[in-house]
Amino acid sequence: MNAFLQMQAISKAFPGVQALRQVSFDLRRGEVHALVGENGAGKSTLMKILSGVYRPDAGQILIEGQPVTIQIPRDAQRHGISIVHQELNLFSNLTVAENVFGGRMPARGPLAFEDRQAAARQAQRLLDRFGVAISPQTIIRSLSLAQQQVVEISKALIQEARVLILDEPTSSLTEHEAAALFEVVQQLRRDGLCIVYISHRLEEVFRIADRVTILRDGQLVGTEAVAETSIPAVIRMMVGRQLADLYGQRAGQPQAVVLTVEALTSPGHFAEVSFQLRAGEIVGMAGLVGAGRTEVGLALFGALPVSGGRVQLRGAGRQIRSPDEAMRWGLAYLSEDRRNDALFFNMGVRENISVSHLARLSRLGLIDRRRERQATQFHIEQLKIATPSTEQKVANLSGGNQQKVILARWLAIEPKVLIVDEPTRGIDVGAKTEIYALLHHLAAQGVAILLISSEMPEILGLSDRILVMHEGRLAGELTRAEATEERILTLAAGRSAIPAG
Amino acid sequence: MTIQRDRRAPGLAVTDPGRSAGQSLLRQIVGVRELGIVLVIAVAATLLAFTTPAFLTSQNLSAVAIGLVTDALIAIAMTKVLISGGFDLSVGSVLALAGMVVADLLHRGLSPLVAIPVTLVVASVVGLVNGLLIAKVKVNPLITTLGMMSITSSLTLVISGGYPVSNLPADFLFLGQGSLWGVPLAVLLVVGLVAVADVLLRRARWLRLIYYVGGNERAALLSGIPVDVVRIAIYVFCSVMAGFAGIIATSRLGSAFPLAGRGAEMRVISACVIGGSSLQGGEGTVLGSLLGVLLMAIINNGLVLLNVSINWQGIVSGAILIAAVTFDMLNRRNRS
Ligand SMILES: Nc1ncnc2c1ncn2[C@@H]1O[C@H](COP(=O)(O)OP(=O)(O)OP(=O)(O)O)[C@@H](O)[C@H]1O
Ligand SMILES: [Mg+2]
Repeated sequence: MNAFLQMQAISKAFPGVQALRQVSFDLRRGEVHALVGENGAGKSTLMKILSGVYRPDAGQILIEGQPVTIQIPRDAQRHGISIVHQELNLFSNLTVAENVFGGRMPARGPLAFEDRQAAARQAQRLLDRFGVAISPQTIIRSLSLAQQQVVEISKALIQEARVLILDEPTSSLTEHEAAALFEVVQQLRRDGLCIVYISHRLEEVFRIADRVTILRDGQLVGTEAVAETSIPAVIRMMVGRQLADLYGQRAGQPQAVVLTVEALTSPGHFAEVSFQLRAGEIVGMAGLVGAGRTEVGLALFGALPVSGGRVQLRGAGRQIRSPDEAMRWGLAYLSEDRRNDALFFNMGVRENISVSHLARLSRLGLIDRRRERQATQFHIEQLKIATPSTEQKVANLSGGNQQKVILARWLAIEPKVLIVDEPTRGIDVGAKTEIYALLHHLAAQGVAILLISSEMPEILGLSDRILVMHEGRLAGELTRAEATEERILTLAAGRSAIPAG
Repeated sequence: MTIQRDRRAPGLAVTDPGRSAGQSLLRQIVGVRELGIVLVIAVAATLLAFTTPAFLTSQNLSAVAIGLVTDALIAIAMTKVLISGGFDLSVGSVLALAGMVVADLLHRGLSPLVAIPVTLVVASVVGLVNGLLIAKVKVNPLITTLGMMSITSSLTLVISGGYPVSNLPADFLFLGQGSLWGVPLAVLLVVGLVAVADVLLRRARWLRLIYYVGGNERAALLSGIPVDVVRIAIYVFCSVMAGFAGIIATSRLGSAFPLAGRGAEMRVISACVIGGSSLQGGEGTVLGSLLGVLLMAIINNGLVLLNVSINWQGIVSGAILIAAVTFDMLNRRNRS
C-alpha cells in the first residue's frame, strides 16, 4: 500500500527548543494513524506544520507523490487537510451553527442571504452523529467543555476533508461521548479519509488506530502496525524505559475527618450533596458530564454561590465566600479548564506558579525576586516541567507541561484539602504516573484529596471511596472493594445500584 | 573560507545564548519597547536641536518639563488602569474638579495642608464610584467613566459658576512654581514619583496582582486574588492622581480654570499605549508610559517652535499613536 501523504525529514526549532528533528510520517487512504509521545514530544507541532500553522525549518510534504507547499492554514484547507486543535478555537458569543460553518454559511436566493435554516439542519445532522443533545442555535458560552469539543469536531467535518487531524479530541469527553466519536471516526475511515489521531489514552489508540507513530523528544522512534504491537511496547518506546505500576501504591491509612459537607445546594447546579473527606484519603467523584461534579468543586472553593447546606473544615463550620478565603482555610482547587480558569497566557512559568503564594515570596510587600526564581526552579525540577527557563511564556509550553505548572501552583500552598478536577487531562503516561505518585504521596502526608475524573481507570485505580453523581445529586457511594466500572456507570446513569453478589 | 565555516557551532542558528545573555541585563533594566521609544525621542530631539536653536535652551526645556508634569502624574495611574484591562476617561475632568475644589477651599481660608488632603479625598470619591460600578455592577469601564467625566466636569462648572478662581496664597503657589537647586519643584516631584512607581509596579506584591487581573480575570479569581478590591483600588488611585495633577495645575498657573484638563484623558491614554501598555490588559510599565508622555511633549514643542499652526497638533499626535500601535501589532505577529 503506498502513501497518500508523506512528510519527509521535517525539522522545526523554537527559541531554545528543537521541537522536531528530521521526523518522517506518512498517511494511507482510509487509515486511522495514531501519533503518540510524551508531553512536549512534538506531536502538536508536527500536525501544526501539516495544517499550515507553523512553517518547517527543513523537510518536505508530498501529496500523492507530488511535493506541495503548505505555508498558511488556507493552503492546507485547499489540499483537504482539516485539523481539530488541542485547544478549543470557538467564538464563544456565536451560536453552534455559526461556529460550525465559520465564514461559509450556506446561502440562498439571488442576494445570497445566509440560509440559517439550512445551516441549522446541516449542523444538527452532524451533531446527531455524536448522540449529544445540542441545539444548533445554542450560544457556545453556555455549553460544557465536552459539548464544545463536539462542536469543534463538527466544524472540521463540515469541510470536504481528505485528511482529518484530531489533536487529543477525547481529553474532555466522557466515555459515552468518546464512544460516539469513535463511531464517527470509523465511518470516516470507511469513506476513505486519512485520520491522524493524537491521544495520551493508549487504550483508545489500540481500539481505533491501524498504525501508530511514536515520537520522543522531537525525534521519530518508529511507526508500528497496531495489530503487531502492544500497549507496554508502545509505552516503552515513548518513555525509553519500563514503567512501573501505573496507579501506584499508598502508604498509610485514612485518619480524622477534615471536611464535612452537609446538604450543600446550589440552585441550578446541584442539590443536597453530603459527604466527608478524611486526611490521607483519596475520594473519587464520578459521573457523566453535566452531573454537577465541577460545580461542587467550585462551590467548595468559594467560586460558586450556594443557597443552603453546611461545610465543616477541620472541626469548625465555615462560610466560604471566595477562593481567597478557601485558600486561607487550606483548600486548593485544580480546575478542569486550564485555558480559561487557570493560565495567564501572556506571563511566564514563574508568574503562573507564584500567583498562589506571593505573600510567602515577599518581604515588606516587595517580591523577593531571587527567592521567587529559586522557588520556581524547585517546582520545575520537582514536577519535571519541560521548559527552557523560568521565564518561558506558558503559551509556548505543551499542554501537559501547562497542566504541571498549575499543579505546582497549588502544591506550593501546601493545602490540607486538595480538589483536583480532571488532573491528568492531556497528560502523557509517564507524567500521569508521576502525578498519581504525587497524589499518593500527598495523601500519605495527610492531605485529603477529592478526585473528580471522567477517566474510569483513574477513578478505580486511585480512590479509597467513590462518590457517584447523577443530575446534580449524589447517586451513591462505593468503597474500593465494591467498585466496578459497571456499578459506577449504573449509578451515573441514574439507575439504582445492582445489589452486590 | 574553511576556517570561517568551522567557527559556526552547529546549534548557533537555533539558540544564540551568547547574544541573549549580553542583552538580557539591559533588557531587564529597560524593556525592548522602552529602548525603542528612547531612540525615537533621541532622533526627534536631535532633529529639533539642529533645525531650531530655541529648542536646546534651558528655558525651553524647563517649559517642556513643566508642561508634561500633569500628564505624567496621570500616566502613572493610567498605566495601572490599562494593565488591569480597564479604561478611565474621567481623569481630565477630575483634574479640573480638584483644581477648582482646592482653590475654593483656600479661598475659604483653609491652610494648604488641610485643603490639599481634603481635595484628594473628594477626588477619591469619583474613583470609588467608578470602581464600584465597574467591579461590582460590571458596567463597562468606557461607559462608566464617560458618564463620570460628564458629571464631574458639570460639577466643576456648578462650583465655579464658569469663572476662573485666582488670588491664591503664596505658600500654595510654591508647590507649582517654586524650584529646588534650580529645578522646578513639580518636575522633581514627578521624577521621584515615576521612579518609585516604576520600581513598585515591577516589584510590589499588590501591584503584581494588577497584571494577573488584566491577564485573565477568571484565573485570577480562582487563584485567590480579590479581583474586585484590586479593581476598585485602581480606579480610586487613578482619580487621586488626577486630583493631585489638578492641584499642581492650579498652583502652577496661580488660578483654577473650569476647563482645565480638557483632552488629558486621550493624550495620556495615547502616551501609555505608545509606551507599551496594551488595551487588552496585562501589559505596560510606568517608565514606558512616561517616555510616551515625553515623546508627545517634545513633538508638540517642536511643532510650536517650528511655527506649525497649533491646529496640526492633533493630526501629528494621532498619527504617532496609530504608527506605534501598528508597529506593535506587526511585531507581535512576526513573533508568533
Ligand atoms: N510557539 C512555540 N514557541 C516556543 N516553543 C514551542 C512553541 N510551540 C511548541 N513549543 C515547544 O515545542 C515542544 C513540542 O511541543 P508540542 O506542543 O508539539 O508537544 P506535544 O507533543 O503536542 O505535547 P502535549 O502532549 O503536551 O500536547 C515543546 O517543548 C514546546 O514547549
Ligand atoms: Mg499537543
